[in-house]
Amino acid sequence: MSPATPVPQSDPAPVQFLTPAGELVEDAANEEYLPYLNTLDEADYQRFHHDMVMTRYFDEACTNLQRQGQLGLWVPSHGQEGAQVGSAHAAKPQDHIFPSYREHAVGLVRGIDLLGIAALLRGVTHSGWDPNDPKNGNFRLYTLVIGSQALHATGYAMGQQFDGVVGTGSPETDEATMVYFGDGATSQGDVSEAFVFAASYQTPQVFFLQNNQWAISVPVSRQSRTPLYRRGTGFGIPSVQIDGNDVLAGFAVTAKHLDDARAGRGPSLIEALTYRIGAHTTSDDPTKYRGDSEVAGWVARDPITRMEAFLRSRGVGERYFTDLTTEATDFAADIRRRTLALDNPPTDVIFDYVYSEPHAVLDAQAEWFARYENSFEDSAESGQGNN
Amino acid sequence: MAQNDDIQNIPMARAINLGLRQALLDNEKVILMGEDIGTLGGVFRITEGLHAEFGDKRVLDTPLAESGIIGTAIGLAMRGYRPVCEIQFDGFIFPGFDQITSQLAKLTNRYLGSQTFPVVIRVPYGGHIGAVEHHQESPEAYFAHSAGLRLVSPSTPNDGYWMIQEAIASNDPVMFFEPKSRYWPKGEVDFRVPVAGLHTSLVARTGTDVTVVGHGAMVSVLMQAAALAEEEGTSIEVIDLRTLSPLDYDPILESVRKTGRLVVAQEAPENASVGSQIAATIGERAFYSLEAPVLRVSGYDAPFPPAKLESQYLPDADRVLEAVDRVLSY
Ligand SMILES: Cc1ncc(C[n+]2csc(CCOP(=O)(O)OP(=O)(O)O)c2C)c(N)n1
Ligand SMILES: [Mg+2]
Repeated sequence: MSPATPVPQSDPAPVQFLTPAGELVEDAANEEYLPYLNTLDEADYQRFHHDMVMTRYFDEACTNLQRQGQLGLWVPSHGQEGAQVGSAHAAKPQDHIFPSYREHAVGLVRGIDLLGIAALLRGVTHSGWDPNDPKNGNFRLYTLVIGSQALHATGYAMGQQFDGVVGTGSPETDEATMVYFGDGATSQGDVSEAFVFAASYQTPQVFFLQNNQWAISVPVSRQSRTPLYRRGTGFGIPSVQIDGNDVLAGFAVTAKHLDDARAGRGPSLIEALTYRIGAHTTSDDPTKYRGDSEVAGWVARDPITRMEAFLRSRGVGERYFTDLTTEATDFAADIRRRTLALDNPPTDVIFDYVYSEPHAVLDAQAEWFARYENSFEDSAESGQGNN
Repeated sequence: MAQNDDIQNIPMARAINLGLRQALLDNEKVILMGEDIGTLGGVFRITEGLHAEFGDKRVLDTPLAESGIIGTAIGLAMRGYRPVCEIQFDGFIFPGFDQITSQLAKLTNRYLGSQTFPVVIRVPYGGHIGAVEHHQESPEAYFAHSAGLRLVSPSTPNDGYWMIQEAIASNDPVMFFEPKSRYWPKGEVDFRVPVAGLHTSLVARTGTDVTVVGHGAMVSVLMQAAALAEEEGTSIEVIDLRTLSPLDYDPILESVRKTGRLVVAQEAPENASVGSQIAATIGERAFYSLEAPVLRVSGYDAPFPPAKLESQYLPDADRVLEAVDRVLSY
């Protein structure tokens, strides 16, 4: 199908600080965000690179675990580390984060034990970490129903607004919320409704859209004839498009918009142009719907490669990179070891936490279940006795 | 794909694919809609090859929006099309719930019959595949509760082939529940004549002591239970429901008049379920034939658990036989 009339292309260039070759650029498009970039020092640059590499190794370890039957499924983040690490580092500890299901790097930056993600995909829990435990960086649970979390984030941000922790002028206590979702998700009613509520209540919120060009086998052109960031504009939400494989742009642009949100200037939308280098999940076969040359074009824009080139250009020596490889290898091995050690949950957790208060019918079922399960143990034991 | 043989041994996934293809060939108003159903052929490959053969206007890779899929299917039906919508997984039907229950289900009634709404909604459903949350559910009761929708579920490749075509031929909306764990086992498809009507329940195995009924993937569990029971001298009659709305009570009543005992099995949670409806109705209508209360074996009234616990949650042959023992103890 071809569009009736091509949409006029009057969009500014996506905000970028680092070219794919790792060169720092300053131009009209990124000028507004330069002050935020300038808050970073050499240690920050290394930290960003470090977190991207750690996630890449983690992702690879989990892909292998899935191939070996140790995880039911894996959802690769390969290629999207720049968008995720940059935006995540822009959030402050008091901010709240609503991920979709591919935001492993965000989870890492916010401090969750990534084993939780492996546990979720091993099929031993629907959860993986406790978002209400302060050590988990206000990182909410993964949401698998596409787009649902956008409304939750907006509601949460409405609460922050009502609680008076927005726009007080105290940058260390004012809060904001950030929600992650994909290009496919923008077609869901829930996401549009989140835009409506966010604009209407002027929530302290950043919508962080990772446009990785694909929703399983469906290209972004099926979801939208206009660049997706313009969706926000139509709802009255300031919106900007960035080079999502540039971790520095991801940081600087998100930092500004989260600052705006905390200061009470309302919601905004960031569309990060990126690419899902791997399969949608380990169940997917991307060769069925996209060509090698497309993938190769994006591999050439890899977020880690360009950050590495940038670090080297600033004199970071080989030692840093070899140490990091060792650290990341150990990290992945540790995840692997602990994943293999994850036991199946006890069967009676089926009945736990369905309600927060006793429920007569369910409690009776749980009792029946316990007796039923025990009847096997009894017969197994008596069977042994007979031998 | 030519069918040279009258009878082929194929998986249900392939049988439904061939049924859809036949429907596309038979009626140019039939169109398929859904997420990833075109180039990819659907995540279960049920529409494999159909986009290549029939093109963009017959096989639509839609935007990612279930309400959009069902809502536009309704409009297409108003325009004379017969849309067949694929929902990617059971748990993802709910963004389309409003369009299904408040619109599609009620439109024939609202239009006072001046227009029909021949929309089919295909839903891969049920457990046994070890998948993450929202990918193993059995949501049929929500829809059985909505007047205006017909609900069916094939359990064999043969039924997959024929029932999808019968569903598409129906002038009413039909929810077509595909037991995804049964997509791959092979079975014989007879391409010459359908076995029975769309809304007919069938005896899958005859027996004399206890009647057990179920649908979809449960039927193979019941057959397994019946085989185990036979070794112990109990003769179980298995009924494959095939239709969930309307329910076809006559074959169940007939069987229960013979056996005097009934166990209803389902993967879905018990509370307000299709199985509960069957149990209540048989209790009302076969009271004097029953030697024991009608028992239900269901998923528990808890969310479908993480994959590693699915075999404790899903009724298996042992759980069915436990209930069989209980009805026999009266
Ligand atoms: C409501 C709903 N419908 C369908 C699905 C199945 N599904 C899982 S991921 C996906 C594609 C999502 O694409 P996008 O939003 O671009 O995110 P990405 O996977 O590319 O990160 C689909 C259709 C789902 N999870 N939820
Ligand atoms: Mg995407």
